[in-house]
Amino acid sequence: MEQTHHRRRKALNACMQGFTCLCAFLVVAPLCLVFYHVLKSGIGSLNWAFFTQLPKPVGEMGGGMANAIVGTFELLGLAALLGVPVGVLGGIFLSEYGSVRLNWAIRLGADVLNGVPSIIWGMVVYALVVVPLKRFSALAGGIVLGTIMIPLIMRTTEEVLRLVPNGYREAALALGIPQWRTVLQIVVRTALKGIVTGVLLALARVAGETAPLLFTAFGNRYWNHHLSDPIAALPLQIFNYAISPYEDWHRQAWAGALVLLFFVAAVNVGVRVLTRDKFAQSR
Amino acid sequence: MNAVTEPLRPATASPVAAGAVADRLFKGVTLLMALSVFVLIVLIGYELAHQSTLALRKFGWHFLTSSDWDPVSEQFGALPFIFGTLVSSGIALCIAVPLSIATAVFLTEIAPYWLRQILTIFIELLAAVPSVILGLWGVFVMVPWLREHLFPWLRGTLGFLPLFTGPIYGVSMLAGGIIIAIMVLPIITSVSREILRSVPNLQREAAYALGATKWEVTRIAVLSYAKRGLFGAIILGLGRALGETMAVTMVIGNRPQIVASLFAPGYTLASVIANEFTEATSDVYLNSLFEIGLVLLGVTVLVNALAQLLLKAFAGLSNQTQR
Repeated sequence: MEQTHHRRRKALNACMQGFTCLCAFLVVAPLCLVFYHVLKSGIGSLNWAFFTQLPKPVGEMGGGMANAIVGTFELLGLAALLGVPVGVLGGIFLSEYGSVRLNWAIRLGADVLNGVPSIIWGMVVYALVVVPLKRFSALAGGIVLGTIMIPLIMRTTEEVLRLVPNGYREAALALGIPQWRTVLQIVVRTALKGIVTGVLLALARVAGETAPLLFTAFGNRYWNHHLSDPIAALPLQIFNYAISPYEDWHRQAWAGALVLLFFVAAVNVGVRVLTRDKFAQSR
Repeated sequence: MNAVTEPLRPATASPVAAGAVADRLFKGVTLLMALSVFVLIVLIGYELAHQSTLALRKFGWHFLTSSDWDPVSEQFGALPFIFGTLVSSGIALCIAVPLSIATAVFLTEIAPYWLRQILTIFIELLAAVPSVILGLWGVFVMVPWLREHLFPWLRGTLGFLPLFTGPIYGVSMLAGGIIIAIMVLPIITSVSREILRSVPNLQREAAYALGATKWEVTRIAVLSYAKRGLFGAIILGLGRALGETMAVTMVIGNRPQIVASLFAPGYTLASVIANEFTEATSDVYLNSLFEIGLVLLGVTVLVNALAQLLLKAFAGLSNQTQR
């Protein structure tokens, strides 16, 4: 009696451990499948022309996504101009100033903003920027991506700043250094690597955003020469090519996906390696 | 006397005063940037409500209960989209919740350390895959596979349920649900993992001391302790699921209808905005799409606020116990 009860418990234990292990591999499986298919279908279409040429008109083979690749980086630059200062300074406030209750509310607000679907940002920026200017523009695309970055960067900045030991702040203040210089030159500098990590991750995140760009940056089959003109972006181009009926465009969509996925994965893995180095040193 | 002290005073006082001014200025600027969070929240809500005035006036509450979506006769109702969003997110949670919580358990309680690190990196990478790439994969790889293999099998074995009947197109509510599940898996997993990790070790030790097996420790001491936090993680995943746009748009079929079969195409709130926003020809049409955005915003903000409150409450609880 005692024996069988014991055996049953051990069997259940083994079963459940095996089950969780199986689940873990099921969760990772889609990632492997996506990487495998993007690599397999995209690698054949990656050539010099893909990185240097404009898209060809329908029916003509070849061409590339040079404008979309440059456009994505242009949009990221614009987004960083808006998102990084606001996000980092807001994060500084959350970690260094304020009252418990106010900061709790701001933190909750930022977390809620992080959950707002990105397509809603697209509609709001459409109403606020595109309609008054009467045109889709790179500027609107940059603003929408920048706005999405603000709460992301604010939270990561706050978290790394709070890791800086209080002794640093007290030592600086004891030397008579004003608080703003203490914050900027001691606290922020100590946590700079973490802040940069947060910014890079936020950039990698918005680099793949498609929905908010549909009606702000809009896409462009040619080069963008002015901030008030529509601009091409890699995710937009992938989307438009994927839902098109043309075989050659599907091929290019996979190639575009490979470039975008490589960029996003490289930033994510790179950042991880950098931060691990830091931990190794501190240990 | 005065002549001596007066030049001295500014010399000593001014750097301090300047420091105080700079201090206040810097604090003010950071405060302003932090408050931008509230400005943005108000701005989104106001702008969406403002832009949907026409539709709000014309249809009223009827907008939420009507299933007409007819741009030609300018009749708009959001019910099929609300239905599609709820059903696809529901499917996603049914698939993702057991998988991700089991994975979180594996990552915190069972797996050897080297495997934990590798799996964590993989899961964070999955979270980083852009939605549009998942959609591309969905359209060209997953949907054909579902159409050829999984759906016919489901119809064969579970065909007695109305959920698994009718013609199979491939693009469908179920395909949309599966792609959303893939997108929320890493979020629920990583938040649950953080929660399980914050369960105090005393809990585990106490259960082990009573002679519990590893699974019993997990069930009695870890999962039941963490259940409120885990619920928060699930709600957070729901918030993400409701707002997913690109990948869903590419595989759900985009047909505004309310039918029982999961093999039939559906449509979601976010997808209809993505597809029709630039094509909206009349003001009422555009206003109706803004109102759909307003509905989506309202639901996601409520769900996310609830999730954050649950998670913060749990963090407070585990901090207290550790102290």
